[in-house]
This record gives sequence, structure tokens and C-alpha cells, in this order.
Amino acid sequence: MTDTIFFYSFALMTLLGAVLTVTRKSAVHSAMWLIVSLAGVAGLFLLQGAEFLFAVQIILYVGGIMLLFLFVIMLVNLDEAAKQRQFNKQWWVALACALAVGGEVIYFIRKGAGAIQLARPVPAAPVAEGNVERLADVLFSQYLLPFEVASILLLVAIVGSVAMAKKRA
Amino acid sequence: MLHPITIVHYLILSAALLLVGTIGVLTRRNIVIILMSIELILNAVNINLVAFSRYFGDVVGQIFAIFVITVAVAEAAVGLGILLALFRNKETVLADEVDLLKW
Repeated sequence: MTDTIFFYSFALMTLLGAVLTVTRKSAVHSAMWLIVSLAGVAGLFLLQGAEFLFAVQIILYVGGIMLLFLFVIMLVNLDEAAKQRQFNKQWWVALACALAVGGEVIYFIRKGAGAIQLARPVPAAPVAEGNVERLADVLFSQYLLPFEVASILLLVAIVGSVAMAKKRA
Repeated sequence: MLHPITIVHYLILSAALLLVGTIGVLTRRNIVIILMSIELILNAVNINLVAFSRYFGDVVGQIFAIFVITVAVAEAAVGLGILLALFRNKETVLADEVDLLKW
């Protein structure tokens, strides 16, 4: 019962935040609503027993990425953009296509819901070790190479963004 | 009246979040908000991965979610760098005013 209540409140937080993010005029307001949405997603992670991802979501998204967005909003002059039209000319085509895809996805999820055996109980997590230990075990043995590749990707991203943002000499 | 929460609830929520993000990417003109909508789309993917990770009792789904978050961070950093360079050269943040290749 409490699970149900928490799920619906986090889902409401996520969706409301998302809708307000894409509809607000000012980019700062959008960023604030994006924080609400990302915090809702973090709550959903916690509800599903993914404690490590919950912490990562809060620290990295709310603490890191949003800070980056707010810095850029501060550096770039958005006053002119806020006075103009907010949606492009083809917005109704985009809306129609997105709603068509959405209807399709919902239809197939409902149609396939029987196939994934809803009655099957969720396998209980082993109680001996926590979420972080299990993640670390798999990440640093089976997925060590992708982990290292991800670090190279981050290095390239750091160098790339600095090269992109620096002033021409 | 309230059904117990199953994986289908999470899948439908994730689909809805994906759609809101897609609509944001396709309709907004402000590049900062387009980048935020991309973050929403990646979060929808993560909800799906974690839901299936719990459903199968397998922790690999959460590992994939960590990699998705890594890519999202790299994308945001490079995207915002490009935005700064664009603003320095063209004095605009509206996506449809960057039409050098349009004729």
C-alpha cells in the first residue's frame, strides 16, 4: 500500500516536472522543474531497491549536470530568446507524430503485458549483501572493460568541451 | 481500486516521460531547453533499465543505467560547450536561426 502511494507521488513529480520543463518560457524555470523531475526519478530508483543509482542520480544530475546548465544559462544571454516565439513552426507535426508513437507504445505494452507473466513474484534480493556490493562485484569483474572505456569517453568529453568553449586566440 | 504496482506501471511511466522529452526536443526553439529534454529522454531509459533489473533480479540492468548516466554527462558537457561556441559566433540560442546549411 505504501509502495503504491510512493509510486504515484514520485510518478506525478516526474511527469509534472517534465511537462513544465518543456513548456516554461524562461530557461531558469525549466532548469528548476527539471530538478523536480530528476528527483522524482531518483525516488523511483529508491523504490525499486537501486540505492546506489539513487545516490548517483542526486549527486550527479541534481548536483552536477544542473549546475552546469545553470552556469551556461548565466554565461549565455537568454533575455532575447525569452521574448520571442518559444515553439518552432512545425510544432503541431511534431506533437501529432509523438502522440502517434505514444499511442503505439502504450498499445503494445498493454498487449504484451500478459507475455511477461505479471503474476510472477519479484525475485527477492539476496539479503547477505547490499545493492552497492552487488553492483561493484559485477562492475569490476564482468564489466571492467566497458568501465575503462567509459573513463576514456569522459576524458574525451572534458578535453572536447574545454576546446569547444575556450576563446579563440 | 489501486492495483499493486507492477513492471507495467513503470514501463508506461517511462514511455510517457520519453514522449514528453521527445516533444520538447522536436518543438522547442531554445537550445538549452532542447538539451534538458534530452536528459529527460535518457532518464526514461534509466527507469526502464532499473525496472527490468528488479523484475529479473539481475543487477546488470543497473550497471547499464550507470553507463547511460556516464554518456548523459559527457553529452551535456560537450553540448553546452558547443552552445557556448555557437553563442560566441552567432549571438543566438534559437535552434532554427542556425540555418547556414538551409537554402
